[in-house]
Amino acid sequence: MEKVKNIVIAGLGGQGVLTASDMLAEAAFRAGFDVKKSELHGMSQRGGSVSSDVRYGEQVLSPMVPAGEADVLLVLEATQIEINRPMLRAGGVLIDPSLLSEGALKNKKSLNVALLGAVSTVLDIPQEHWMAAIYANLAEKLHKVNDQAFALGREAALKGAIAKHPLNRV
Amino acid sequence: MTTPERQLLSGDDAVALAALHAGVRLGTGYPGTPSTEILETFDRLGGRAQWSPNEKVALEVALGVAFAGARTLVTMKHVGLNVAADPLFTATYTDVEGGLVIVSADDPGMASSQNEQDNRHYSRAAAIPTLEPIDSQQAYDFTLLAFEISERWKIPVMLRITTRVCHSKTIVVPRAPVSDVAEPSFERKIPTRVMIPAYAKPAHHRLRAKLAEIAAWNEAEGPIRLDVGDSKLGVISTGICAVHAREAAPEASHLTLGMTYPLPLERIRAFAAGVERLLVVDEGDPVLVDELRAAGIAAEGKPEMYRFGELDVARVRRILAGDTSPEPVPPKGKPPELCQGCAHREVFQALGELGCIVSGDIGCYTLGVLPPFSAMDTCVCMGASIGVGLGLRHVLPEEQARRVVSVIGDSTFVHSGLTGIAEMVYNPPATGHLVMILDNGTTAMTGLQEHPGTGRLLDHSTTNKMSFEGIARAMGVQNVQVVETTDKSVSLKDVIAELLAKPETSLLITRQPCVLAAPKIRFYDKAAAESARGHTCSADVAD
Repeated sequence: MEKVKNIVIAGLGGQGVLTASDMLAEAAFRAGFDVKKSELHGMSQRGGSVSSDVRYGEQVLSPMVPAGEADVLLVLEATQIEINRPMLRAGGVLIDPSLLSEGALKNKKSLNVALLGAVSTVLDIPQEHWMAAIYANLAEKLHKVNDQAFALGREAALKGAIAKHPLNRV
Repeated sequence: MTTPERQLLSGDDAVALAALHAGVRLGTGYPGTPSTEILETFDRLGGRAQWSPNEKVALEVALGVAFAGARTLVTMKHVGLNVAADPLFTATYTDVEGGLVIVSADDPGMASSQNEQDNRHYSRAAAIPTLEPIDSQQAYDFTLLAFEISERWKIPVMLRITTRVCHSKTIVVPRAPVSDVAEPSFERKIPTRVMIPAYAKPAHHRLRAKLAEIAAWNEAEGPIRLDVGDSKLGVISTGICAVHAREAAPEASHLTLGMTYPLPLERIRAFAAGVERLLVVDEGDPVLVDELRAAGIAAEGKPEMYRFGELDVARVRRILAGDTSPEPVPPKGKPPELCQGCAHREVFQALGELGCIVSGDIGCYTLGVLPPFSAMDTCVCMGASIGVGLGLRHVLPEEQARRVVSVIGDSTFVHSGLTGIAEMVYNPPATGHLVMILDNGTTAMTGLQEHPGTGRLLDHSTTNKMSFEGIARAMGVQNVQVVETTDKSVSLKDVIAELLAKPETSLLITRQPCVLAAPKIRFYDKAAAESARGHTCSADVAD
């Protein structure tokens, strides 16, 4: 059986961590995989740390990514990198806002989608499912700005931003 | 969401969809993480749902619906079942005509709760058949099954779900909606519904007979999954632990129980006989393993250290290995805090500066206990702020007693603060007492739900609005004051100091909409005003 892909998305309440994980899970779902997504919310809405796990593959059992087994760790806020690092497996990929040049985003709220663009370059989910999943989770008036954000993140990753990330050289 | 196509749904959404497909006539409940989304989704899908003032009332309303012959769903978090426990223990004695399903959403690991109680104890104590789904598909299937069991045996059924089932999204293939649900109609059946001793005594015998039948059904055709693997290790599990266990030990034999009360003991005995080592993997208290041992089945349970917190694949691997070495401590994240601009900040600032002893309650404002305020001294359960504050007042030396303040939110006040006010008026401490309602116009902690003090229903349409100041005056509270915290001409600190100096009973209401809710409240008000003028408003709420 193909190995299950494990992705952890982390950040602070209000940054769109849960929306990003919904988009990723839906993209994998649309691509025909078995998917499980897990999150904890409640008090986390008050600006505290939030994280969400997404797992997809032929068959997924537990909805939670075991510590040290994440293939991708997407962190939306620099202060949350260290506390989530133990989730990443050796050789796993860290993606954080340093991938994007400062001020590159037209709308700061689309940071989550921009970094999903970067994530899309390291996962085996076809591009059309990403866009459909993103649109399904956002109001129509936000489609254009998030389209651009996704493309921006994807482009940065394809130009080698992930490989150049200092924490990914370890 | 009504077509039988595969969907990616949270456990909560799956329960809501099943309730719709089961023909539920009314869903009731009180918001509480991780159960809140069930009724919200049910409403969004077109079901009829309402928030009750608390879980006890929600269950009582549902019982009435079921007595009328209609299907009904009641939702709450684990501690909510404590509030509903009084009607629960007698509800199982009654013959419900329509299906009655009670959802208890337990929170192992306390993602957002004040304890991690295991409500499987209620199954046994109240004698209520209990189903435990492992994922969203089972949450959907078991909700439908729960209604079938409830109607077949005329008994309430509990669906016990946990945080990781409620808030995980997994794939669901729904079935076609049930089409032949009975129409509600009243039929007088006094001996099965009026629980005076003369009728309750035979009712208890009937209840035990029903359970025996349900146990036999569970043995013969209950929702049990058997995966035959290596006979060296047999794992029995329930709920979310079943998937952790199958991932942690794919080679083992697994027995996953869907109905965990009453248990299919003979099926378990047969499974036990076929394996060399029998391990029970379940979260929380050792409810299942104790019951197996009491039935003479030699089962191994988890070491005591795994009673605390959630299980996951890594912890189940440790349990399998009998590893009791200290577990790695995960790095601490950033704790939540009161929002910038939140009116509660001023309240806790003032209480701190006045050196108050603060008897607190459950809600956003509980965050007042954290730095920089550190201004809360007790917090036990919904409504306890008033009773605990009164107890402190009764016995503390006068100098300290005069500094005791009870702090409660608006939704929590309606939930279980009213009886506390009755107690204060009836048994006033010698120094008097001060209760503060921090009224932010919403149930903020669980995600901005409505309550009887907001004047809006679950779907945010308008209804009657309860007046806290009117109630307090009518109940006989001596001083009733309202402070709009945006009114800078009034010093909140001075008002509190003045009320603390009086040996009288006081209610001080601080009023300012929650910063997160304010835009939505303005939208609802505008929509209500337009509809009152005869306009229709179809726009969705802006995010």
